[in-house]
Amino acid sequence: MNPLWVIASITFREAARKKLLWTALVVGLGFLSVFGAGLHYQLTDLRTSNIAPFLRYQILSATLMIGLYTVDLLAVVMTILTSVDTISGEIASGTIQAIATKPVARWHVLIGKWFGFVAMLAIYVGLMFGGTLAAGYWIAGVVLQNPLRGGLLVYLECLLALTATFLMGTWFSTLTNGVIVLGLHGLAFLGGWLEQLSGFAEGSGLVTIGVASSLIMPTEAVWRRAAFLMQPPLAGELPSSPFANVSVPSGTMVGYAGFYLLVMLGLAVYHFQRRDL
Amino acid sequence: MSLSVPRGEIFGFLGPNGAGKSTSIKMLLGLVSPSGGEAFVLGAPSGEVEIRRKVGFLPEDFRFYQWLTATELLEFHGRLCGMDARRLRERVPDLLDRVGLAPHRTKRLQGFSKGMLQRIGLAQALIHDPEVIFLDEPTSGLDPMGRRLVRDIIRAQRDRGATVFLNSHLLSEIEVTCDQVAFIRDGEIVTTRDLRGREEQKVRVTVRARKLVPQTIAGLAQWATCDQLDGETLTLTASSREALPEILGYLVQSGSAPFEFTPQRISLEDLFMEIVGQDRGL
Repeated sequence: MNPLWVIASITFREAARKKLLWTALVVGLGFLSVFGAGLHYQLTDLRTSNIAPFLRYQILSATLMIGLYTVDLLAVVMTILTSVDTISGEIASGTIQAIATKPVARWHVLIGKWFGFVAMLAIYVGLMFGGTLAAGYWIAGVVLQNPLRGGLLVYLECLLALTATFLMGTWFSTLTNGVIVLGLHGLAFLGGWLEQLSGFAEGSGLVTIGVASSLIMPTEAVWRRAAFLMQPPLAGELPSSPFANVSVPSGTMVGYAGFYLLVMLGLAVYHFQRRDL
Repeated sequence: MSLSVPRGEIFGFLGPNGAGKSTSIKMLLGLVSPSGGEAFVLGAPSGEVEIRRKVGFLPEDFRFYQWLTATELLEFHGRLCGMDARRLRERVPDLLDRVGLAPHRTKRLQGFSKGMLQRIGLAQALIHDPEVIFLDEPTSGLDPMGRRLVRDIIRAQRDRGATVFLNSHLLSEIEVTCDQVAFIRDGEIVTTRDLRGREEQKVRVTVRARKLVPQTIAGLAQWATCDQLDGETLTLTASSREALPEILGYLVQSGSAPFEFTPQRISLEDLFMEIVGQDRGL
């Protein structure tokens, strides 16, 4: 077996064996239960009111978007927390020495671990995102637009966070790494909101700050693109929400995010190849 | 640092804390880049991926994924070395048996003692029958039985033609295991010594005699150097064990009236202190 897959496989098994994936999924299941119950009660309330069916559908769609936004935040934080120790922790403990002295190129070690997490996140995002969409459909009969493209963008967002964590893990200790990547995501989050708020003040520097934040860390921009693609038109008209159609990131920004990911991965490999272990 | 290690030998690497022993090993394995110079392992530049198929390494304080069982750990390392499933099925139980962990083959590493971790670490270093084996403190944390077992395994590796590069603080272990040793201090090789046939090497002798006069002591120079004279006690370093009967005969004939003659082989610890020097603090 190619050493890349040997390492990817053990990284994936580590998540399962350490009950990391299962714990995250149990927490996710708890979230889905709460979300499903909330949606059910909202539907019951709306049925007893005199709201028009069209408007009722829009409100339920907006609730589903809030659920997906929560999944998105959970997925990014889960990505960072589960992967933050994988490179820096193994360097600090010396565990990496027994692997890096085997007939395996260092890039195999790093990319193999990365693939292990890519597979784990595919399952996590697939179940959480799919579960939320399924809850929306079964409980409230809501179907969002472009769910597959939206799901893939949320997955891309997680991969961005994962790759940033890997890159910082080749430079910094576990704690510092976590602080930096969570800080970067926080910056992107803040930038996204400032950009949304710029809808109230045309031509202000808020847009510039938002775009600059997205260029430094494009995670939130990718979510806003996903929200734009999935949400019903009325929800997009709500100002100052994570789903507002104010300054929607373009397809170019998604392309930039992909390029950003590849550059970060390349830098991580480059530095990991050269650093002392 | 300039050092060459002959194939098929057990080579000891000795030095005080911070002398650069582990760093040197890491440079030879490509884990650390040298600030200058070059190193070769089996004729190939150190750190080359392909040459690592012939190299095994036990890091100091071996640690690995705690959730793996002993068998899974060896299978993982075997697969990294390109071993197929059929070969691993034969090799893994055999190796676990050799390091004394066969009864623990399905136990997770999180339940292993430090000594057991050292043993499984040694097993992963040997999984692919390497030609060169680097062992960094292989007996640390081991009980006397464990040390004996590791010593026997190291000798067995040499007997099958492998070269073992051994880094240890335990001088007694080095003394009974190694063919050659290198002494390192401040990142430099001070000297290398062959430990085989040490009977032919210098012997320290403590002589106690009634009449030790300067002329008699001067006459000993043909066989020995006089280290210290304290009343009736003279400490000598003889050039070889063969010289001892002649020294004793000379002392008797010269009328020194010796009543005690105690040869002591110079231990590796004495040699270490002599070569590397006293602890100068960190």
